[in-house]
Amino acid sequence: MGIEVVVEGLTKSFGGQTVWQDVTLTLPPGEVSVMLGPSGTGKTVFLKSVIGLLKPERGRVLVNGVDMVRSPEQDIFEARKLFGLMFQDGALFGSMNLFDNVAFPLREHTRKKETEIRRIVMERMEMVGLVGAEAKLPGEISGGMRKRAGLARALVLDPQIVLCDEPDSGLDPVRTSYLSQLLIDLNAQTDATMLIVTHNLDIAATVPDNLGMLFRRNLVGFGPRELLLTSEEPVVQQFLSGRRAGPIGMSEEKDQATLALERRSGEPAIEARPVAAQLQPSPGLPERRAVQQRRQRVLAMWDQLTPAARRAVQAQGEPV
Amino acid sequence: MSLPGIPLTGALRETGRLFALSATTVRDTFRRPFQVRELIEQFWFVASVTILPAALVSIPFGAVIALQVGSLAQQLGAQSFTGGASVLAVIQQASPLIVALLIAGAGGSAICADLGSRKIREELDAMEVMGVSPIQRLIVPRVLATMLVAVLLNGLVSVVGTLGGYFFNVILQHGTPGAYLSSFSALAQLPDLYISEFKALVFGFIAGVVAAYRGLNPKGGPKGVGDAVNQSVVITFLLLFLVNTVLTALYLQLVPQKGA
Repeated sequence: MGIEVVVEGLTKSFGGQTVWQDVTLTLPPGEVSVMLGPSGTGKTVFLKSVIGLLKPERGRVLVNGVDMVRSPEQDIFEARKLFGLMFQDGALFGSMNLFDNVAFPLREHTRKKETEIRRIVMERMEMVGLVGAEAKLPGEISGGMRKRAGLARALVLDPQIVLCDEPDSGLDPVRTSYLSQLLIDLNAQTDATMLIVTHNLDIAATVPDNLGMLFRRNLVGFGPRELLLTSEEPVVQQFLSGRRAGPIGMSEEKDQATLALERRSGEPAIEARPVAAQLQPSPGLPERRAVQQRRQRVLAMWDQLTPAARRAVQAQGEPV
Repeated sequence: MSLPGIPLTGALRETGRLFALSATTVRDTFRRPFQVRELIEQFWFVASVTILPAALVSIPFGAVIALQVGSLAQQLGAQSFTGGASVLAVIQQASPLIVALLIAGAGGSAICADLGSRKIREELDAMEVMGVSPIQRLIVPRVLATMLVAVLLNGLVSVVGTLGGYFFNVILQHGTPGAYLSSFSALAQLPDLYISEFKALVFGFIAGVVAAYRGLNPKGGPKGVGDAVNQSVVITFLLLFLVNTVLTALYLQLVPQKGA
């Protein structure tokens, strides 16, 4: 069963520069959540703060009763065994081949026999499509393969919380869809809580149960996917449609002059896209437990949803 | 949290962190599971890069000391004490320093570069995320390896240096072999050897911890790793000479010297 991750009032800055402030959200246990945001809004910093690699100045991250920000190192190390983190470029150990890389957590944390380790590692390698490459060194394979190997290593201890840092970057569209499916299947099988940080719109539209977005040092919103996908917030609309008109500029924010110019040139208004259907687990796998749980939660907060979000939920075939 | 306006706070903070890392390293040495394999690998590595240069450096070093002390003793008319004096100089001062300089220069720089590049490739973060402490897994074996190599290498350098001194004094300066050897026992005593090995142990620890500290904190990118290696060697050298002065002063005060 997945574990709930509660983030309360988290604020992180480097030197005098605030990355984001007062981020409060709850990753519901067993559900898949996606955090969106333009490049450079501190998505990776957020992931690293959740797992305790970076220490925000204020706020807490509660995992199983452990505050990943301020609890004693000993407790944090213990809590980290619940996590699997897939780094942006894999972060594989350069001196070990892929097999040893994936086997590393098993050898460090379990007393399994070598044959058992081999079985588990090969199973994971097959899952991410790397069978045959296990003797290669990380320097000898492509970035996409490194990423997939990083995912295999993150999954090898059957983590209850899976964090993915931009799983799509460096992968082609086909592999990205396979990876999306893999994550959903994994969630169906293990019921792990997942947080995916990305700026890939396909993943954002089809994978998560919950969606959030970081922009301008703040959490723009976090909630059931329909809420953000139908949001009328200009930042969210611009980001989800991937166009230039809107508050997001080449550098993070636009100045007033550019915005005024944009208004005069009068780009056509963004027409609302229908909310895409969520990915289903592959045939033969059990239904995700998160679906039921999330349905309850959405119904409970029905009054707070926007009309557009309600329509989107109903369009998904929810019995409302 | 930080006080940028006050000078020296940066230096103090760095020093504090270095001490914190030293303390953590000592503590984690006694934490299970002990990384035997990594220790053996690192020991072998540090030994392999330092043995030959250490032996090669120690011969001329012993010779220089023997020649210098020899000619000085001759001027003072104390030729018969040349042996004892040069052996004391080699064992107490030259040998631990040679060992430490070589370990810092050859072993420490490699350790620093290795850890630094692992750090910037996020390997250490990945390790920490997997619930494995890089200090316990990587740094403890490295520091123990530099300490062990330092102690053992110190023995080798002492022997080679003493032999070199003997050779140059007896063959080149026409000293008397008997007088050279008998002055050993007239001036030198066993505690001289103990302090020598103790110094080597401390210097090995300093070389290991400083290399690890700089390696763990490179400032930005591959260039930062290069700078860190450079700094680790320089900082180690400075610390070595400082600590050597303190240890020598303490030893001379606390342990009664022979014939004094």
